[in-house]
Amino acid sequence: MLEKIVNFIGDEKNAKTNKIILYVILVVVFAADFFVPREHAHYIWDKIPGWGAVYGFVSCVLIIVVSKFFGHQGKLMKKEDYYD
Amino acid sequence: MTDAFFHPSILFIAGAFLIPLLWGKVQKAYLLIIPAIAFLICIGASQGTYGVYNFLGHEIIFAKIDKLSLVFSYVFTIMAFIGMMYGLHVKDAGQHMAAYFYIGSALGVTFAGDYFTLFVFWEIMAFASAYLVFAQRDDAAVKAGFRYILVHIAGGVFLLGGIILHYAETGSIIFGPIEQNGSAAFYLIMIGFIMNAAVPPLHAWLADAYPEATVTGAVFMAAFTTKTAVYVLVRAFPGTEILVWLGVIMALYGVVYAVLENDCRRLLAYHIVSQVGYMVAGVGMGTYMTLNGSVSHAFAHILYKALLFMGAGAVIYMTGRRKLTELGGLYRTMPVTLTLYMIGGFAISAFPLFSGFVSKSMVVAGAAADHRPVVALLLTMASAGTFLHTGLKLPYYMFFGKDSGLRPKEPPMNMLIAMGIAAFLCIAIGVVPGQLYNILPYPVHFEPYTGDHVTSALGILMFTALGFFLLLKKLDPEPTISADTDWFYRKGSLIFMWFARKPVGAWEGFITEIANTAVMPFIYAVARLGFWIDRNIVDKAVNGVAGIIMSLSAGVRRVQTGLLQHYAIGMVLGIMVIIFIFSVIK
Repeated sequence: MLEKIVNFIGDEKNAKTNKIILYVILVVVFAADFFVPREHAHYIWDKIPGWGAVYGFVSCVLIIVVSKFFGHQGKLMKKEDYYD
Repeated sequence: MTDAFFHPSILFIAGAFLIPLLWGKVQKAYLLIIPAIAFLICIGASQGTYGVYNFLGHEIIFAKIDKLSLVFSYVFTIMAFIGMMYGLHVKDAGQHMAAYFYIGSALGVTFAGDYFTLFVFWEIMAFASAYLVFAQRDDAAVKAGFRYILVHIAGGVFLLGGIILHYAETGSIIFGPIEQNGSAAFYLIMIGFIMNAAVPPLHAWLADAYPEATVTGAVFMAAFTTKTAVYVLVRAFPGTEILVWLGVIMALYGVVYAVLENDCRRLLAYHIVSQVGYMVAGVGMGTYMTLNGSVSHAFAHILYKALLFMGAGAVIYMTGRRKLTELGGLYRTMPVTLTLYMIGGFAISAFPLFSGFVSKSMVVAGAAADHRPVVALLLTMASAGTFLHTGLKLPYYMFFGKDSGLRPKEPPMNMLIAMGIAAFLCIAIGVVPGQLYNILPYPVHFEPYTGDHVTSALGILMFTALGFFLLLKKLDPEPTISADTDWFYRKGSLIFMWFARKPVGAWEGFITEIANTAVMPFIYAVARLGFWIDRNIVDKAVNGVAGIIMSLSAGVRRVQTGLLQHYAIGMVLGIMVIIFIFSVIK
């Protein structure tokens, strides 16, 4: 069972199916955010449906771009024998 | 309430000496029984103060038990059991002993009621954990181990200095909340503590040493050192404003370095820095909710981080490789390891129904309730980064991605069981958080499973996943290492050595040259002159004086004839002279 699921996800042949599954999940998650009560909201953005999705995506892109910028332009990434 | 409390540190530290005397199944059983007994002791312990001794006029309190120390003791003893189970196949008794010392001293810190006890256990912890790095025995590990121990000794010196000043100011060595007066003692103790919590820029030892430790040793290291530091921070520094921002910086700092990292356990190590950031920020805000959040997150973190380290360790153990660029496609033969690892990945990423969700959100919600929107937003951003690396990047490049051609088997059963226990707890805490909330130091008024919290958390995580797959090419691991603040003492020491060899060496040569060409001949000349004066003037003068005295005494000797009539004539002549003088002067 476990092995089957793992092999299904890993198999190149199912790449397309996996993608579709991911997109379906994304749509469901995004849509669900419009149908939940928001009495706990502290701040204005907590009241915006879909905020989490947008903030998550922007955070992810920002983290990757900024980190790689530091790594390459900021010269944080060194050759493996740098300290030898 | 029972009056007796058998200190579990004694169990571990004294018990460690039995390990090399046992062998085979008996030894294995022993390794597991001690943590189990310790756990039962902690469960059964009632609050109070035990083991008070008088030492040089001060109260030494070995065990001060309250809700805060108890919750840490529970998770430390659970972790001890899991970690020993994971390392059961290891034949090296020295490593098991070091682990026992390490666990025992971490528990010693947890129960310490005074600074003296705390400091002693704090130092044992540093040395015991360093052994787990040395035990790897390759060149990189030995070097990293030495850096690790040097940094910790330095941290210990800060702590000791702070303790001494604190004692000088207050006259007390009782360990408790420190007055927020900005004194030197306050900052020195804080530096000692936050160094063990791996707060940047004092964090580099962690990412430096943990990936070099043995597969089994790193699991213990991931659990104990930073979390005892969180414990002492919760105890001594609640509501310290600077910790809020240090915590937020930590949370993001670890994430940035994790993007750049290629070594799988170093990536996880940077996420310890990131996760402990939440706890440090929670301590800094210092409300009941954020302190509860810090403690519960430490509890959850120990279990899922151990699980992640065990998963990555299992891969290293089976393949002998640790770089993501050299791994890939392992899902075919290690599906169980992958699944267990992913449970840890979901837990650290705070997926609903996993432990991180019920603990991390308490810190973030606490920040919002404390009117700190920026802190809440930045911590949320860091949690997107957490999923990005530990939940997506690492498993993708290790288990999926480009096929490395490696077909390793699943790890030994004891490793899988240990991972299974940790995975079970990660899910159990996530599904039934009430049990964890009950043992927190303050009453909990927090419900993690509200509709909007679940959907917004899922939104953040799943759209992070979308970003990951869209930018997959940019994220391919690169065969590099990252310069961190350890640069200052790794390259800094080279600069120091260069400075010692070149400028200092040249200066020393210059001085020697001057000494040889100018100073020494001058000194020789002066010495020769002195010698000449000595021989020709001083000696002659001395000899002359001696000659005079000798000829004088030769003369005087002739006066002493020894004949009575000569002396009688002398006396008569003398009397006549005296009479003559008196009669003339008159």
